[in-house]
Amino acid sequence: MKEFMLGNEAIARGAYEAGVRLVSSYPGTPSTEITEYCAKYPEIYAEWATNEKVALEVSAGASMAGARALSCMKHVGLNVASDPLYTLSYTGVNGGLVVIVADDPGMHSSQNEQDSRMHARAAQVPMLEPSNSDECREFMSIAYDLSEKYDTPVLMRTTTRIAHARSVVNTQDRQEKELRPYQKDTSKWVMMPAMAKGRHVFVEKRMNDLAEDACSMSINRMEMADTKIGVICTGIIYEYVKEAAPDVSVLKLGMVNPLPMKLIEEFASKVDTLYVFEELEPVIEEQIAARGIKVSGKDLTGHQGELSARKIAQLLGREVPDAIVPDPVPARPPVLCPGCPHRGTYAVLNKLKYTVTGDIGCYTLGALAPLSALDTTLCMGASVGMSQGFNRMMGAEAAEKTVAVLGDSTFLHSGVTSLISACYNRARVTVLILDNSTTGMTGHQPNPSTGFDIHGERTCQVSLTDLCASCGVDKDHIRVYDPFDMKGLEAGLKEESAYDGVSVIVVRRPCMLLNKKNVKPALIIDTDKCKNCLSCMKLGCPALERAGKGVKINPDLCVGCGHCQSVCPFGAIVEGGSCK
Amino acid sequence: MSNIENLNVVIVGVGGQGTLLASRILSALGLKLGLDVKASEIHGMAQRGGSVVTFMRMGQRVYAPMVEAGCADYVLAFEQLEAMRALSYLKEGGTLITNTQKMSPMPVVTGAAVYPDNIIERLAEKCDLDAFDALALAHEAGDGRAVNVVLIGALAKRVGGDVEAWREAVRTCVPAKFVEVNLRAFDAGYNR
Repeated sequence: MKEFMLGNEAIARGAYEAGVRLVSSYPGTPSTEITEYCAKYPEIYAEWATNEKVALEVSAGASMAGARALSCMKHVGLNVASDPLYTLSYTGVNGGLVVIVADDPGMHSSQNEQDSRMHARAAQVPMLEPSNSDECREFMSIAYDLSEKYDTPVLMRTTTRIAHARSVVNTQDRQEKELRPYQKDTSKWVMMPAMAKGRHVFVEKRMNDLAEDACSMSINRMEMADTKIGVICTGIIYEYVKEAAPDVSVLKLGMVNPLPMKLIEEFASKVDTLYVFEELEPVIEEQIAARGIKVSGKDLTGHQGELSARKIAQLLGREVPDAIVPDPVPARPPVLCPGCPHRGTYAVLNKLKYTVTGDIGCYTLGALAPLSALDTTLCMGASVGMSQGFNRMMGAEAAEKTVAVLGDSTFLHSGVTSLISACYNRARVTVLILDNSTTGMTGHQPNPSTGFDIHGERTCQVSLTDLCASCGVDKDHIRVYDPFDMKGLEAGLKEESAYDGVSVIVVRRPCMLLNKKNVKPALIIDTDKCKNCLSCMKLGCPALERAGKGVKINPDLCVGCGHCQSVCPFGAIVEGGSCK
Repeated sequence: MSNIENLNVVIVGVGGQGTLLASRILSALGLKLGLDVKASEIHGMAQRGGSVVTFMRMGQRVYAPMVEAGCADYVLAFEQLEAMRALSYLKEGGTLITNTQKMSPMPVVTGAAVYPDNIIERLAEKCDLDAFDALALAHEAGDGRAVNVVLIGALAKRVGGDVEAWREAVRTCVPAKFVEVNLRAFDAGYNR
């Protein structure tokens, strides 16, 4: 049946068709929707794990049990899961095991633009890369067959333009797969040095076999046309090349690790000039050049950002249409939503001029003006460890004005281990856990602190305060505030940051977007009372705008949360706006 | 059918304005007409009130899911500033259809930048422009959130084709209880 699907939706469909029984993932743009779509198939057990490492270990266990299993993550998530991945390469699988890794060239929603193909090479596992939604679906069955045939986990890489593009998919029926029998085999599953040495030999042979067999796989194919120019490409770049230069010869690689070197040599011998066009690192080009084949590409494309059909047309010397030059306009960076609970916390931190080690989530947006409250953003959970090291070196005076800030989901992902380490090492750290009752930035996934699972069903709820106490934080130094109680929060923050030990403040208020019932009629400015002091503007709410010397409230954006009312010294912000 | 069988549209606005629905309606239309369709959208960080760009292409065979600079038959803009920002996508002879609504980005809100004056007049000098208050028409139709469907109505008028096919595409893309208000919004944009 023909259906129009998002790349991520098509991957879930492919998992369903391949007979996948289990998916365990942690959310991360642009991979999140795969697991959410998988959860809609009753045949697939789906869960959100606390982090990517746990997710892959759950999938590894399911594979060991003989089931086809899946874990999905963004590129930086694979760094977290790389520990199990690199040794799963040695153990191999029982039921097929596939890991989706979604790269983000151009950094639409990421902190770096690392190239996950490097992980595939380093871990010595095969990696596939589809070019459109239908290949996202089709490649899943291929990936599982490869995984079981070659006894290896298989990576499948997407990029934002694959994951979040829609195109037509030809859906097929599900192939139900029985559990493959599990047999105890310490030489395969217990990776102690003696056994691992044997498996490393197996890994080398497997990758050599795969490289040989890849030359005849249908997903690696030559499309010969004019032989003056030959282009080797994968993923979305294939679509760009076909768009930009339909007349050139193309070697489309569906498998990017290991490379089908004999096929590449054959293609190279048929064309006058050989290019590899690839985003980010010259992973393919360097391997080809190392074989003594004359090739270029990275010198033209550069290492940063995305390619496009237009860029490729230009690189090949083709004419591209002129573009009208727009007048310069102000940037429109993303902002915390109207009614966002994080705004209260950041207004306090901005006022106190604290040094704030930040973390990954919606609340990273607090780094931008006018809140300008963050000093750092590194990786998931880094805020706590960085704060500890910073305070240890800077001493008490600086520590009194330093806090770590991270969200509820990020805390459970990897902040909690840092908190244990801080307590264990008698550190001086104040940690603010911004508990908005959801995993916000990736689209409101539940997490263990919400007490709901991926299907919205009730499950055990982790108490953040009890957990922090168990980590070793003195109960007298664990506090809870509503971030809109800015006076209370400020006072509590000053006291706890003066404490020579580990303290935690849970700042708790649900994300405004979680429940539409939270949206109230817009507030309005009483211009008779307003003294144009602009206190409210310090909150950086997008619903508040300058109007002449004063302020107006945009009724289409205001959600009536009342946060600005609470900071107005003149009571000039009042109810009386229209209902939406 | 004028150029509906080979159509490149760029839809731009501010995160939260409903640009994705506009893209889905166009895609549904293309699929209904038996065309190849691709669309590209950005999720995550970009949705938090930032600039959003969605691409929609239909034709006999579509490769790239994005519309390149100088290649859009139409740019559908939900906000003036975003209309100006997206102007480079428009091809020679293409049309920019824009809602005249203004939404201040944070640098303007904080006073670090100024919202430019006379954007509509300046756009009119640079391209074929169709600018109107789509938000007012959406409110008249019964729901300010239907501004996306008002703009689709205006696009349908320009692109041509069977108007009932367009209305059917709207019908298949919105929840049942909002079909009527969205069809009113479509008609308001179409018959304007």
